[in-house]
Amino acid sequence: MITNVMIVGVGGQGSLLASKLLGHVVLKKGYDVKVSEVHGMSQRGGSVVTYVRFGDKVYSPIIDKGEADYIISFETLEAARYTEYLVPGGQIIVNDQQIDPMPVITGATTYPEGLVEKMRATGAKVDAMDALSLAQQAGSAKAANIVLMGRFSKYFKDITDEEWLESIRECVPAKFYELNVKAFELGKHA
Amino acid sequence: MKEIMLGNKAVARGLYEAGVCVASSYPGTPSTETTEEAAKYDEIYCEWAPNEKVALEVAFGACLAGKRSYCAMKHVGLNVAADPLYTIAYTGVNAGMVICVADDPGMHSSQNEQDSRHHAIASKVPMLEPADSAEALAFTKMAYELSEKYDTPVLLRMCTRIAHSQSIVDTGERVVPADRPYEKNIAKYVMMPGNAKRRHPVVEDRTKSLIELGNNCEFNRVEMFSDEIGIITSGTCYQYAKEIFGESASILKLGLVNPLPTTLITDFAAKVKRLYVLEELDPIIENHCRALGLTVSGKDIFPMVDEFSQGLISAKMGMDAKVSCDAIEGLPVRPPVMCSGCPHRGLFFTLSKNKCTVLGDIGCYTLGAVAPLSAMEVTACMGASVSSIHGFNKATGGESENHTVAVIGDSTFMHSGMTGLANIAYNQTNSTVIILDNSITGMTGHQQNPTTGFNLRGDPAGKIDLEALCRSMGFEHVRVVDPYNLGETDRAVKEELAIDAPSVIISRRPCALLKNVRHKTPLSVNRDKCRSCRACMRLGCPSISFKESKAHVDNTLCVGCDVCTQLCKFGAFEREGVTV
Repeated sequence: MITNVMIVGVGGQGSLLASKLLGHVVLKKGYDVKVSEVHGMSQRGGSVVTYVRFGDKVYSPIIDKGEADYIISFETLEAARYTEYLVPGGQIIVNDQQIDPMPVITGATTYPEGLVEKMRATGAKVDAMDALSLAQQAGSAKAANIVLMGRFSKYFKDITDEEWLESIRECVPAKFYELNVKAFELGKHA
Repeated sequence: MKEIMLGNKAVARGLYEAGVCVASSYPGTPSTETTEEAAKYDEIYCEWAPNEKVALEVAFGACLAGKRSYCAMKHVGLNVAADPLYTIAYTGVNAGMVICVADDPGMHSSQNEQDSRHHAIASKVPMLEPADSAEALAFTKMAYELSEKYDTPVLLRMCTRIAHSQSIVDTGERVVPADRPYEKNIAKYVMMPGNAKRRHPVVEDRTKSLIELGNNCEFNRVEMFSDEIGIITSGTCYQYAKEIFGESASILKLGLVNPLPTTLITDFAAKVKRLYVLEELDPIIENHCRALGLTVSGKDIFPMVDEFSQGLISAKMGMDAKVSCDAIEGLPVRPPVMCSGCPHRGLFFTLSKNKCTVLGDIGCYTLGAVAPLSAMEVTACMGASVSSIHGFNKATGGESENHTVAVIGDSTFMHSGMTGLANIAYNQTNSTVIILDNSITGMTGHQQNPTTGFNLRGDPAGKIDLEALCRSMGFEHVRVVDPYNLGETDRAVKEELAIDAPSVIISRRPCALLKNVRHKTPLSVNRDKCRSCRACMRLGCPSISFKESKAHVDNTLCVGCDVCTQLCKFGAFEREGVTV
């Protein structure tokens, strides 16, 4: 049994820390795990995807169409882009922030409306949240990634809060620990 | 100790455990982190060389002197380093030497999709290919034993999905082998014709021995399950095959991918009814199988282009696709863009405005080709902008000189732009070369270079003065501009294009993502003053969009570079309520 999680967003939004935290916590849990990242040009404001796979034995480092159990998205349009990767009834956790891509900025097209409804219509379950405000409430907009991981922990119950907090302690600099714990809890309970 | 580790970091761990002492590399995605992570071990001297040829030659010198050495590069970097590679294959090594080359199937961050196994074959150098982080660590260590035992450099082939995937490794201790003091041996190390003629047969004999090794070694392994389907594969494709078939197909997994084994393959083929070769990019294992007289399926069903996945392979093999949620059609694409506050934006805006023909180069600034600036017209390889503008201007008899520029980054200029500039100075065209000096190697994630004044570890180092360098080549017109200042940049471009002499403009401003760069507070738009003229939108800044018919600045992205304020005739941009 393998669990497949895609973490998606816009290059520069901090998805690498989210995948690092998830990889770390499931490794401690004793799962085999693979995390596949994208470096280089796409990180310059492009669409970025990180794959996290864990279970008894993981072979492929990537997740293909119809395989993702969860999509955690830092941005609305980016969540919508990957619905085809979800298993039927798969869960999307999406930060409701909207960042215009260049074709929208140049006026070649417009930012699509009603994306959450469109995502639901694909057969996905959608949990849309304002992770940015919650992160700011925790102390920094940069903690939106941990807010989203807090929300993910609500759905993926194999890992206890204590285990999450221990991994946060091990993955973030000590001076940001309290802030990130607050972000995690706000994400989970808001 | 078991831990989850990036493939490239696992290579670095392998270097540490193998007792490597010297590493010299040029950054290139997806190889960069091998050297950055190696630099975290005090025991390994690590440096960024100006280019891959230099890096490989540094590593060669170090191995001659008796220490295990390493260099790393992306696939196209091995083209630059091919010259030493093909002859070091003849001289052999003293202490072990490993060259990591990272391919990028799918071109996540590359200009072509070349298959570096061709270089291994052509240079007659053994090549290992790991399939996960644990193998990356193990193969790196074993590569040094192979190098010393067979007296050859060894290529370690990484691919994006191995290099940039994390998986579980078990780390060990560092073991430094005894030094192998350098011994003068002119017949072995001086490759003039008489000596090289005697070394070539040594290389051919070595390849024969390595084929024998490949037939029975721990790098290559048979996983025998079914006799219906047999798959010969390596690297990432092995993982995809296991993902699809588990224990329902037999697999010959190759770790030594050059030279390829013979009897191991024919014996495996004899045990299965249907034989497939699963490899990304070129049909190298497949052609080898055909040369052995085998009937195989390979590129007749699998593509030559792009990276593979479990879904793609199962579809090509006629299996049903997995049931999924529907796709949402018609969504806007999100291509990479120059960052908010990128110093290249002001320069490309100026070139676009002046309708310049722009010959470009490799780096973040390649994004100058993207709409709305669409300013860059040619990008081929490192350094090509400076060399090709000379050819362009020669061919037009100088007619193009007053509207054509070459643009090249500081690191790329050090890599292979300098030689092109020497050619302009020597063979005389009135070419205008613009060096985009952002004080760092940007695209690969902020590596130092010879113009930054710092070394790989961030300590003070030698610093090459670009202005002095250009002047010493004979360029009388060398001027520095700040690309955040559009007026100054525009004047420089117009004047240097107009003069009857070759010139260099240095567009200097540090990368906006550098940690030590201080930014002003974000701008906002006074909606009453904004006349919706869209002048600011011509910049293609990701911070500026149109909301309810007026310009809007995203204050989570804006870094206050103020380039947009220079285009607004109505003073609509404000900082903390004050017009900028």
